[in-house]
Amino acid sequence: MWEYTDKVQEHFINPKNVGEIENADGVGNVGSIACGDALRLTIKVDENQIITDAKFKTFGCASAIASSSMLTEMLKGMKLEDAKNLTNDDIARALGGLPKEKMHCSVMGREALEAAIADYTGVILPMAQGEVVCECFGVTDLEIIRAIKENSLTSVEEITNFTKAGGGCGKCEGRLRELLVETAEGLPEQTVGVKKQKRMTSLEKIKKIEEVIEREIKPTLKKDGGDIRLIDVDGDFVTVSLRGSCAGCHSSRTTLKEYVEKKLREQVLESLIVEEDK
Amino acid sequence: MTVSPDQVVYMDNNATTRVAPEVLDAMMPYLTELYGNPSSMHTFGGQVGQAVSQARQEVADLLGASPEEIVFTSCGTESDSTAILSAIQTYPEKNHVVTTRVEHPAVKNLCDNLEIFTGRKYHSTRLHVEADGTLDLQRFKDSLTDETAIVSVMWANNETGVIFPVEEMARITKERGILFHTDAVQAVGKIPINLKETAIDFLSLSGHKLHAPKGIGVLYVRKGTPFIPFLNGGHQERGRRGGTENVASIVGLGKACALAAAKMDEENTRVRALRDKLEKGLLTSIPKALLNGHPEQRLPNTANISFEYVEGEAILLHMNQHNICASSGSACTSGSLEPSHVLRAMGVPFTAAHGSIRFSLSIYNTEEEVDFVLEKMPAIIAKLRAMSPFWEENNK
Repeated sequence: MWEYTDKVQEHFINPKNVGEIENADGVGNVGSIACGDALRLTIKVDENQIITDAKFKTFGCASAIASSSMLTEMLKGMKLEDAKNLTNDDIARALGGLPKEKMHCSVMGREALEAAIADYTGVILPMAQGEVVCECFGVTDLEIIRAIKENSLTSVEEITNFTKAGGGCGKCEGRLRELLVETAEGLPEQTVGVKKQKRMTSLEKIKKIEEVIEREIKPTLKKDGGDIRLIDVDGDFVTVSLRGSCAGCHSSRTTLKEYVEKKLREQVLESLIVEEDK
Repeated sequence: MTVSPDQVVYMDNNATTRVAPEVLDAMMPYLTELYGNPSSMHTFGGQVGQAVSQARQEVADLLGASPEEIVFTSCGTESDSTAILSAIQTYPEKNHVVTTRVEHPAVKNLCDNLEIFTGRKYHSTRLHVEADGTLDLQRFKDSLTDETAIVSVMWANNETGVIFPVEEMARITKERGILFHTDAVQAVGKIPINLKETAIDFLSLSGHKLHAPKGIGVLYVRKGTPFIPFLNGGHQERGRRGGTENVASIVGLGKACALAAAKMDEENTRVRALRDKLEKGLLTSIPKALLNGHPEQRLPNTANISFEYVEGEAILLHMNQHNICASSGSACTSGSLEPSHVLRAMGVPFTAAHGSIRFSLSIYNTEEEVDFVLEKMPAIIAKLRAMSPFWEENNK
């Protein structure tokens, strides 16, 4: 069970400012149902550039709902200029802290605020222009770099806690490490104990597997009257079908493991597992 | 009778169960006066050995096994690891394990990492499940190879309660000369099991799922099945599991098995009726509520229901306000960012997977408790949906 502060519990059980402002001056939508949390923030801004009202609708866990509720409370009566400087840490602190695995809920609140302000001012959000690093949760490099800088993050796990990046399939872990190193290099007082490691994207991996099969494996098998076809690549699992004299051949398993798998491991990725399509 | 304000309504029995009062009574002497070591030569220790023997008989009776086929372990996870690793060591020339995508982490994580601790020698095939959580037997047959050392398939799924046809699968496996293990942690005590009539080689069970304490498990090892111990040490358990016996818990488990045998009918009639009432009530009173898992081929105590467009942890914490205990397959409850691997393997859409709640009942639940939950749930779901940005736009 999560250890939530009384403040989090209070804002979760009796959230403030639930709903949508009609004819809102700014609307910010972040997250999606696939990600497991989403927030729609609507704000009203008066002629003195003061936020007079804020409402939210949130799909998510207790800390997502509490963060949204707290954010709207903080915003009401705040100058737009001050709201621009509000960070995720401000939201988390107002709640008396959040469990570290739940920090991304406060980040979501801040991002919704930025989106709502951008909608009001008509300025395009720079964060959305970055390059998507985590495809599972749609997180860009700019968002990650900012989270690293503002919260002094030093590990991939912390990046995941704050931005969710890397929390899905984990394929972007290598890139996250690179961003840690690159960002840390810009922050001289910080030491980060991570090594640069080049990781393949899944597209690169599939291409490379195909290439090795076509160039080396297929010609060899054909010499023995056999053939091979790539069926699927799912993570480290490579499914192939063996045809011709290879199929059903007593030693096809040996061919698969001792030859095909060995070749692919040597030339593509050490962790590949080759299986036959049945 | 009604549910009093401070009463805990416990519907999370697939997570753990209360220790039956009869079980605790049976254990107490072995935590107090009868502290002897069952391996000792003196009468004082010897009488403790007799209690262990009796418990072994009671466990065997519930499973339709012989006492010498029962090995006491520390938990279900130890039993699972022992069985699978024994098979791998028995067949160093083989290289393949067959399992499913919906196993408990005790089996799933072991099989996911087989490559690493067998020096890349072994790998696993993880069978897909259908949308209702059931297995395709033809695909299972096709997955078996001459290199397969062991098949490990759970008897009943912990999240959905879906029952797999392990008796038939064991028979098919046996014909191919392959060992068969089943993680029956959720099945034992809830549905009748008679191992004598099956070809199952290994079966794991866990005490705390059937009203015995935590920290006691069993591995059934069929007579004649090759076996290599996981914990090496003394001669306890006839050399199959080193370590001084957890006597009090073993005695408790024996008692729990005897109780489970006596209450098997109640589990499958009264508890099933309560579950059905709860399930039907929730599905009819709450719109966009869906049942996860096969409606019939299922444990009598489990109902896994998704409430679309709301998130599971938020539901659980509102239930907690009323002292109602259940579980969720949502991402947020596990600390991971992705919803349950079981629901994902079944292809449950994200709109529903994040809002899944598992209710698991026991013989200690009452109709008043079911009525109480049925009374509270609609308002909880409605409140969360009112603040969900997806609810209105999908239900205009």
